[in-house]
Amino acid sequence: MQSVVRQFLLDGDDGAEPDQVLKLPGSAFAVSGTSRSMTLRRLWLDTFDWRLYHSGLALEQVSRAGVTELTLTGRDGEVLASDRFGRAAAGGPDGAGRARPSWPGLLETLPLGPLRDRLGPVVGVRALLPVARAVSTVREARVLNSDEKTVARITVDRMSVTFPAAAAVPMHLAVSALRGYQNQALKVADLLAEAPGVAEASQSGLEAALAAAGRRPGDYSSKINVRMAPRMPAAAALVALLSALFDTLLANVHGTVRDLDTEFLHDLRIAVRRTRSALKLAGDVLPGGMAARFRPEFKWLGDLTTPTRDLDVYLLGYPDMAAGLVAATAEDLQPFHAHLERSRAAAQRQLARGLRSARFARLRRDWPEALAGAAARPASTRPSAARLAATRIARAHRRVLRDGRAITPASPPESLHELRKRCKELRYLLEFFGSLYDPGEHWRAVRELKALQDCLGEFQDTQVQREEIRDFAAQMMDQRAAPAATLLAMGEIAAGLAARQQRARTEFTGRFRDFASPAGQSRIRALTGVAAA
Amino acid sequence: MKIFATYNIKGGVGKTATAVNLSYLAAADGYRVLLWDLDAQAAASFLFRIKPRVKGGGKALIRGTRTIDEAIKATDFDGLDLLPADFTYRNLDLVLDAAKKPQQRLGSLLAPLSGEYDVVFLDCPPGISLLSESVLNAADTLLVPLIPTTLSVRTLDQLTDFIGGLDGSRPQILAFFSMLDRRKRLHREICEQLPAQRSDVAATAIPAISLIEQMSVQRAPVTAFAPRSVAARRYAELWAEARERAGLPQLSGSSSMP
Repeated sequence: MQSVVRQFLLDGDDGAEPDQVLKLPGSAFAVSGTSRSMTLRRLWLDTFDWRLYHSGLALEQVSRAGVTELTLTGRDGEVLASDRFGRAAAGGPDGAGRARPSWPGLLETLPLGPLRDRLGPVVGVRALLPVARAVSTVREARVLNSDEKTVARITVDRMSVTFPAAAAVPMHLAVSALRGYQNQALKVADLLAEAPGVAEASQSGLEAALAAAGRRPGDYSSKINVRMAPRMPAAAALVALLSALFDTLLANVHGTVRDLDTEFLHDLRIAVRRTRSALKLAGDVLPGGMAARFRPEFKWLGDLTTPTRDLDVYLLGYPDMAAGLVAATAEDLQPFHAHLERSRAAAQRQLARGLRSARFARLRRDWPEALAGAAARPASTRPSAARLAATRIARAHRRVLRDGRAITPASPPESLHELRKRCKELRYLLEFFGSLYDPGEHWRAVRELKALQDCLGEFQDTQVQREEIRDFAAQMMDQRAAPAATLLAMGEIAAGLAARQQRARTEFTGRFRDFASPAGQSRIRALTGVAAA
Repeated sequence: MKIFATYNIKGGVGKTATAVNLSYLAAADGYRVLLWDLDAQAAASFLFRIKPRVKGGGKALIRGTRTIDEAIKATDFDGLDLLPADFTYRNLDLVLDAAKKPQQRLGSLLAPLSGEYDVVFLDCPPGISLLSESVLNAADTLLVPLIPTTLSVRTLDQLTDFIGGLDGSRPQILAFFSMLDRRKRLHREICEQLPAQRSDVAATAIPAISLIEQMSVQRAPVTAFAPRSVAARRYAELWAEARERAGLPQLSGSSSMP
């Protein structure tokens, strides 16, 4: 039982040799010769959007001589949970031998246990992917007291990073305390810190590996992060925004094609939808014909992603749906689940084919070219980004108010669907130009809109799902894959969806009233007023 | 958590050598092991080069003013920790006498460690005392080294009777012959006959070999510094018997073998 008390880097350029440093000259401690070196293969895992990193966690897999250990550590390097795989884990105190998990993989790849429990709430539905790989050659020296009892261990780690890029990392020394010998280990660490060429290590293994390979942890987020200045030309602001959106889109293509988890497609879809909205609502400031030329391409891309995402939504909600059954049982519903899985597999193949098609390849080539061309043109300074934002947000706001006020209890579902689209447009505009505004005012403006959107979203999603479940039932009947009990269970689900939709319809009036109230209106106007000034 | 105790009324029969080597072997198997050196002579602590000192002494541990956790020291071997002896342990009887339910005290002190250790060894001082009663109460398996003489059989019977008369939980006994001298006919005869007649006597006998005495010079278990020696092999066989009797599964790992 040992724990790392301090870590150091050994700067080889200073001529510092580990053997020299490890002698701890002038101390009462003796250091035994280093052990035979051991080669470890190290792999760090995180979700594509760095959920572990953002929560201060690190998940490292270390393999050596057929044994693989997966360890989750917290901010201070403390071990929170771990699991072992491979041959030495066979019959170990904690269970039978298990095959090493393969990555990328969903959390279900891991056996049930403390590690999976700990990861679950953070990782959610996202897959764990390798974010860095390295090979470490580790030797260990023992620090002895006058009784020749080991009181501390020093590990010397020469690590070379192999992924995301090949790179060497400065030699790493870690002082570990043996249980009951904490103070001696701290003394040893103090002595090491004084040695020439030795510097305190401030980075974790993952951070060091990524830094060496030239990658920053947390470098992906699906959020819009485009800094705009109020006076910059609107065209330049829009090009910057569209470029950032396209980067996000492209970043998610690989994971979508390989079907690593559902969120790659989700993020890709949102990037497409935002792009389409930006082109629709502000594309007129781009050079002539550009928006008109690309809008059909992005519509095609959006439509391509719809079937798989709709099925994902069904499958992600399935456990709750099955658990919510009152009359029917979860077993009754099982053939429906199988049908959803089959349909999704087919939709996913279709989607992957589309993302490998010549049409998508053309878009990948032509769109960045068009954006670069637009960026290179000496843009007119008018309108400014702030002016564009103010006018377009004000217009979208007026449309939401107009369409919302026209809705009565007798209005058909389509009118709420149209209103939802208007709200989405307003929301996207607020996000696109968010960097122009005071964050507090921006948040207040978005808050009520978000509440209204949630309500409309629930209404529309349940509407779509009700229509879909009818289609699914018809398909399953055609395929003779629909036992009566399953159809009854699906009927119960349809009834549940109808009830949810009815609740959303009832809530709508209040939500819209808040949004359209003088106070609510002034919150959006405050924003555009400031921006226009 | 399984608790083994090496115990005999007599001294100098190989209790500490057994506790030290078997705890080392258990750790080498992959179990998380704690050895508690309960003997004020501190031989086990000495063999692991650990200073025989516990802050607050035995009194603080038994009374619970300091937790056992704070006193535990890592040995040089992975998976094997030691709770050192202390000179004040010579008074443990008096401290126990003042405690509530003294017979159950050791067991309740060890209970909180069950998540941290799979196996505990108690290396006991010789004699029959309140401390030994508490040990007998806490232990699942009593490892009793016997010198192969006719008297030793009587000793074993007396011990069995004594344990039979105890209240509360009683350990199973696994006696084994220690310091066997194959040149002596009596030793050979007793070692062959008794295990066949009695189920509480192990088939394995530990020979009297100077290599075992070398432990105090090497200050390490013979199973660690001479793992292929006859002595080490006998201890490994004894551990296998003890492990099976205690119902512990065999682990495949031997990660801490030097």
